Amino acid sequence: MLRSGACARSACSRSLHEERTKDLEFFFQYLVAGITYGTIYAIVAIGFNIIYNATGIINFAQGEFVMLGGMTAVTLHRFMPLPAAILGAVVLTTIVGAIIEIAFIRWLRRPSVLRMIVITIALSILIRETALHIWGESVRSLPYFTGSSMTSFQWGGVYVSPQILWVIGIGVFVVAALGAFFNLTMLGRQMRACSANRDAARLCGINAGNMVTLSFMISAAIGALGGCIICPITYVQYDSGTPLAIKGFTVAILGGLGNSTAAVGAGMILGILESFSIWVLPAAYKEVIAISILLLILFVRPSGIFGSAEAARLKDF
Amino acid sequence: MLRIKNLESGYGRLKVLKKVTMHIGAGEIVTIIGANGAGKTSLLRTVSGLIRVRSGEILFDMRDVGNLPPEKIVFRGCSLVPEGRQLFGPMTVRENILLGAYPRFRKKDGDGVRDDIERIYAIFPRLRERERQLAGTLSGGEQQMLAIARALMARPKLIMMDEPSMGLAPLVIKDIFSIITRLREEGNTVLLVEQNAKAALAIADRGYVLETGRIIMEGTAEDLLSNRDVQRAYLGRDLDAEEKM
Ligand SMILES: Nc1ncnc2c1ncn2[C@@H]1O[C@H](COP(=O)(O)OP(=O)(O)OP(=O)(O)O)[C@@H](O)[C@H]1O
Ligand SMILES: [Mg+2]
Repeated sequence: MLRSGACARSACSRSLHEERTKDLEFFFQYLVAGITYGTIYAIVAIGFNIIYNATGIINFAQGEFVMLGGMTAVTLHRFMPLPAAILGAVVLTTIVGAIIEIAFIRWLRRPSVLRMIVITIALSILIRETALHIWGESVRSLPYFTGSSMTSFQWGGVYVSPQILWVIGIGVFVVAALGAFFNLTMLGRQMRACSANRDAARLCGINAGNMVTLSFMISAAIGALGGCIICPITYVQYDSGTPLAIKGFTVAILGGLGNSTAAVGAGMILGILESFSIWVLPAAYKEVIAISILLLILFVRPSGIFGSAEAARLKDF
Repeated sequence: MLRIKNLESGYGRLKVLKKVTMHIGAGEIVTIIGANGAGKTSLLRTVSGLIRVRSGEILFDMRDVGNLPPEKIVFRGCSLVPEGRQLFGPMTVRENILLGAYPRFRKKDGDGVRDDIERIYAIFPRLRERERQLAGTLSGGEQQMLAIARALMARPKLIMMDEPSMGLAPLVIKDIFSIITRLREEGNTVLLVEQNAKAALAIADRGYVLETGRIIMEGTAEDLLSNRDVQRAYLGRDLDAEEKM
């Protein structure tokens, strides 16, 4: 979609008026692209936040869940229809999330932050190498959920592919569903209670260990779902998780760690900034933006732009 | 109801409780008094499973609960109102109350929970007014009420309270203590830990005095109230000065 925008630009012979409308079209074109990527970043960031809230740790393997979801769905799609493949990919990745927690995290009693960083980075490498072993280096993709890249429709001069609507629609659904889960169900409240005060939650009879496992499973599930919906646009490869983890982490920090509502806004900011950067900077600089923002935020305002200056919580990080 | 024999526990290499033996009968209010750092909180945390038992045993309803994790002990019917309230600050008052009732939901007693919430709101009308407020934004007294309410929602057979009067104004303390008496009248059993020994002994049936991890004295509340050592050490009466006058 981005690519088609770029060729359209050079193709036209233009009057001044046309140029204005063209610019406006590009503007919306980039905006839509930014929102699409922003949605994915937000989903990854929410994955970070859920585990952070439950355990106080940053799971640097979060991007691998996205990659696993996409890869598994591509493989399953050879044997079954797309919806079943996506469901299967989400379920399998969820199981991987549970196994990771039970095998590597659960038995650690009060691990230091540094130790957790090392462990989750190691896990991310482990998953990536396993994926390389299973799937090789080839780049894969799922078909568009509906239509194809050809059927993108024009919306006031802006090309919108149907997949973009899927990404945004499912993104909105995930955010709404998680909001309802955490605020309206007893299980969601138990998870929030554990993150608010673990000992008090246990004194209420809540099994805190299981809540941590559940947080890994939910993070894995939404990560995998994100991987499936973005896969037709960005493609997927054994190592496509890491850049997403960096972006998602940036967004999580930008919004303030643990704050999932803010992560949505922060995701949009990063997605749109990146998208528009192509307009003014060489495309190669696109990847630098996330890192720059990350460093800037960490130096200037570690509680995040939407943060309630709860910097104390970040201190042990 | 609760029987503790030669209980020892501590933190790391530090042994805090030394051969603590005590018991609580059904329907009693028993109080533990002792100076700062005597080990009162540690004792309650050990009984509720937050600290591991080193040696000795804890029998609750004749069954050993010494090595159970806290979440299991709550299901047996023993709840703790922890020191410093320990509410779920970012959650609403109502959510805190609902979470207190979690064992009941597990036992499929959702209807009973709804009735109990009404009962709790009748005892603590302030909490009903503030149902939707975040627990962390309540006043100290309201927080203490919520902490008690949350523990009561599990319908415990034994409710243990760690310094419920801490940091509260005298009038609020009076409220809290009258609620504790009311709980006993409704058939509850209460283990009350207090700095405020005088007030605690005034409503208790029996008491224990804990000093540097050991029980050094026990008796009925009246006996302890009239005991000279207790008066000197915990009730703040200067007997020597009184005698000279
Ligand atoms: N988490 C901990 N780690 C190490 N030592 C601890 C810990 N908690 C308490 N202690 C020590 O155990 C001893 C008993 O503490 P405890 O909190 O049980 O006293 P307390 O009787 O409740 O005192 P207070 O009246 O001040 O609440 C103290 O010497 C304290 O320093
Ligand atoms: Mg104490």
